[in-house]
Amino acid sequence: MTIKEIQDEIVEEFSLFENWMERYEYMIELGKTIELISPSNKTDSNLIKGCQSKLWLHAEVLEGKVFYTTDSEAIITKGIAAILLRAFSNQTPLDIINSDVKYIDEIGLKEHLSPTRANGLVSMLRQIKYYALAFSKKE
Amino acid sequence: MEFDINKIREDFPILNRKVNGYPFVYLDNAATSQKPKTVIDSLVDYYSNYNSNIHRGVHTVSQEATDAYESARQSIQTHFNAKYSHEIIFTSGTTHSINLVANGFQSLLNSGDEIIISGLEHHSNIVPWQMMCEKNGALIKVIPMQESGELNFSVFEKLLSNKTKLVFVNHISNALGIINPIKKIIDKAHEFGAVVLVDGAQASSHLKTNLQELNVDFYTTSAHKLCGPTGVGMLYGKEKWLKKMPPYQGGGEMISSVTFEKTTYAELPHKFEAGTPNIAGVIGFGEAINYLNKIGFDHIKNHETSLLKYATKKLKTIPNLKIYGDSLNKTSVISFNVGEIHAYDIGSILDKFGIAVRTGQHCAQPIMDYYNISGTVRVSFSFYNTTKEIDHLYKSLLQAITMLS
Repeated sequence: MTIKEIQDEIVEEFSLFENWMERYEYMIELGKTIELISPSNKTDSNLIKGCQSKLWLHAEVLEGKVFYTTDSEAIITKGIAAILLRAFSNQTPLDIINSDVKYIDEIGLKEHLSPTRANGLVSMLRQIKYYALAFSKKE
Repeated sequence: MEFDINKIREDFPILNRKVNGYPFVYLDNAATSQKPKTVIDSLVDYYSNYNSNIHRGVHTVSQEATDAYESARQSIQTHFNAKYSHEIIFTSGTTHSINLVANGFQSLLNSGDEIIISGLEHHSNIVPWQMMCEKNGALIKVIPMQESGELNFSVFEKLLSNKTKLVFVNHISNALGIINPIKKIIDKAHEFGAVVLVDGAQASSHLKTNLQELNVDFYTTSAHKLCGPTGVGMLYGKEKWLKKMPPYQGGGEMISSVTFEKTTYAELPHKFEAGTPNIAGVIGFGEAINYLNKIGFDHIKNHETSLLKYATKKLKTIPNLKIYGDSLNKTSVISFNVGEIHAYDIGSILDKFGIAVRTGQHCAQPIMDYYNISGTVRVSFSFYNTTKEIDHLYKSLLQAITMLS
């Protein structure tokens, strides 16, 4: 599936919920199913700056596609990270660079991607793109 | 005046708004207080009717602005019972005030002199002294805290010596709300000839401080913590210390004569108020002090104490909820965690219920290190909060815990 297709799928899943509480519960569930960063990659250099809770991101390339793994101490942060990685992991660097995150607005979680929110997710998104950019230069 | 909570709430326009579909419940008062209409009006009135620069105009409106500015200084002097109004220096806030003293003492201390800081300090109270010590070679000693969140007074007594020149404590800890025994600390420090600066930022909205009775050398606060505007605060200093300290910043207002050879500094308080001050802010600060005094600090204390007791009792019924700094000797602040749930998660869910709380380290990393935690959820009450709001907090917190467990 393309990034856009996955994003549309996520928007559709969230459209089933009637209120924020159901959306949050689902987001927290998604956080629990995430492929966790391996403990050996939970290094200081993989820490995302600017969050109240620790948030790690690791990236590697396999057969031309970028695979991201993550973890966070806060489960809401982890849930949003899961929603981001579901769209961006296992995609080509170029597709990742050229994609956007409008779907986060559409599922009503926009406030978590505000640059002034101390959860590090904006920095994480930037980091996702940096990795993709770096890998695209290597090809 | 009788304490009528419904009437008081009408004074605060912001308390009528909704957040995320719920009535706004503001429990982040230790970060900043809300503003009553009379303070907001005083700012609008100044800018609408008598905006002018102060102290140097011959014209009528400048005189009106100067009168209002100086009248705020007198209200604040009276409130804190300072001996002279020129002992009240207007600053941009507590951080600025502390830097002003640290800068002033840079040349008054020598290598090997010691300063003592409490282990409950806000970051802003630690950094200026570290910067000062790098320049003059003085040493920092720390009064350790105990599990209850209170300072270890017997260690403080042992740290004191004739090398001690300065002691810095906060009146009330911002992360935990513990009231420090400042009178005891001041008297003990004075036995060794040390100067004492007390950071009153967290205290001024809760209790009335009598500076002459305390016999403190320096005291600071920020207007925004006590219903006043942001960006303005005060440094109180005993006249003799303010005279000894060199000025902090050069500029207009702080000079009496300037030639290219020599500048003579202005008298207090202008020596420390270089440039055009925050005139509107100072006027709003004075108005806030008058407002709080009209309500009465006895009423404020009674109401806040009952809120604290009510909330503490309710929160303690929640399994795995741990309160940090569970001392009886504190203001209306509750800092807590629930089991392994991250404070950020709890704060995010409470926000969805319209409740504003603070999460994180509260600029007090040493305290968090002491408890070996990454942060807490902090709820802090003001006299305009209600038990009904605490009920909403309690129910929302239970919901959050269910969602996050």
